[in-house]
Amino acid sequence: MTASDEPGARRAPARGTGVHASIDAVWRLEAARIIAGLARMVHDIGLAEELAQDALVAALEQWPESGVPDNPGAWLMAVGKRRAVDRIRRLRRLDDKIEEMGRDLETQAPPEEFDVPDDDRIEDDVLRLVFTACHPVLSAQARVALTLRMLGGLTTEEIAHAFLVPEATVAQRIVRAKRTLSEANVPFEVPEGPGRAARLASVLEVVYLIFNEGYAASAGDAWVRADLCREALRLGRILAELAPGEPEVHGLAALMEIQASRTRARTGPSGEPVPLLEQDRGRWDRLLIHRGFAALLRAKKIGEPPGPYVLQAAIAACHAQAPAAEDTDWAQIASLYEVLARVAPSPVVELNRAVAVGMADGAEKGLELADALADEPALRGYHLLPSVRGDLLARLGRLEEARTQFERAAELTRNAPERKVLLDRAASLSSPAP
Amino acid sequence: MNRGDDMRFLMMTTDDGSAPAGPPDEKLQVEMGKFIEEMSRSGALLATGGLEPGGTRIKSSGGKVTVLDGPFTEAKEAVVGFALIEVGSREEAIELSKRFWAIIGDGQGVIQQVFGPDDIPGA
Repeated sequence: MTASDEPGARRAPARGTGVHASIDAVWRLEAARIIAGLARMVHDIGLAEELAQDALVAALEQWPESGVPDNPGAWLMAVGKRRAVDRIRRLRRLDDKIEEMGRDLETQAPPEEFDVPDDDRIEDDVLRLVFTACHPVLSAQARVALTLRMLGGLTTEEIAHAFLVPEATVAQRIVRAKRTLSEANVPFEVPEGPGRAARLASVLEVVYLIFNEGYAASAGDAWVRADLCREALRLGRILAELAPGEPEVHGLAALMEIQASRTRARTGPSGEPVPLLEQDRGRWDRLLIHRGFAALLRAKKIGEPPGPYVLQAAIAACHAQAPAAEDTDWAQIASLYEVLARVAPSPVVELNRAVAVGMADGAEKGLELADALADEPALRGYHLLPSVRGDLLARLGRLEEARTQFERAAELTRNAPERKVLLDRAASLSSPAP
Repeated sequence: MNRGDDMRFLMMTTDDGSAPAGPPDEKLQVEMGKFIEEMSRSGALLATGGLEPGGTRIKSSGGKVTVLDGPFTEAKEAVVGFALIEVGSREEAIELSKRFWAIIGDGQGVIQQVFGPDDIPGA
């Protein structure tokens, strides 16, 4: 690889006003399309990303003097293409693989100065970029970093800030990911046939990982986390436009829209987490709920058996539909969890099902399901298991046992505000009920 | 301007009354469709719509509410269409707006940030 791979060697423009802010905005809107278009030329997303960064640097040098061009995306693409040709000519004698690419290039028409690219082809390229950046040959962390960088146009610094890791770590992840893709000769394509579903699942997983990193009330800077949620939501919306025939894509978009609709209501005045059933539903964002329902409808219209994201979105929609917590259709939610447990079985799904069944059919039935999970290795150390059991036990009047469970849950959580809520709950159970 | 917060902007096209009455012509509708597609593909578009000319006016004064039906030919700069978008900065909203006008041609509009119930404008 080249010297430009060094961590921190290149970065997007500094935030500011005027031209730099405009360049920043253009980059954010165009990065994915430019990298994707260049990747189709050079068959290597790592190289494509460097060329796109070169174009960005050229914009930073020239636009403050010349002004922002009328079609900034086409400008950046034209510069990127020229750099690609230069780079390939220079490296030709050094690398057989690149020589081959160069020959491909020379047979193509020279790039027009300001050609307006065909929209459909560009969108196909972006979809290819998503599938390549989320290739299973990469670790989940690497896929997340690469996706935010290539699709989101985020800088290494921004990604590092969002995930609370050192910038050098993120830079290393990206460098290694690009090298891995190159060495594994991962083709720049959207897989067809039986491999497609598995690869799509990997793409959706990455987007949902980004969303959850922002959504989960864990330690860290809330401001940055909200940013991550919004980025995932944006990626989900883009995916829904790129792959409109895939129900799970709409399912994920629906799930994220509806979950994001609760953001304002999820935190109390002193920063404490507010559980779903205690949230002020007047503070839910109706527009996002609406968009979530629309996305869910699009998924259902495709008419395939619901997958895990469609089912989770349907559950979220049930909550969103209830005007007040006590109006929640728990029977419907319990049956959705039952289907989910069959489609995508996991101990966490079982635990959620226990909660729903506990609400629909009584605490005893719920406790049976929750108790069955007591020895589940995957839930060892998971604070929500004792928390759910504590809740069900309390409703059955077994207060002493309930208190022990809440104390156990408080020990296990790493989130300070949540710990306080659980300890308060435990304390409220030590005195006899009024 | 940070990209940290969720920022919503209402982009409105205005009409000074010189445009012909009635629905927009077919060409404009096709071009509008393209723009809506682009905004959807960038993940920014939340909602969009055109507005009837004139509309109904409501005025509250001294505890008395008066309702007046349009059209109001005297109305200057009436809003005729809108797009509600979610982006990371005002510059992104402006950039998208530039693309809109590149499609539409001549005209004018307003971009205003939309605040939620919990936001304090200007804070």
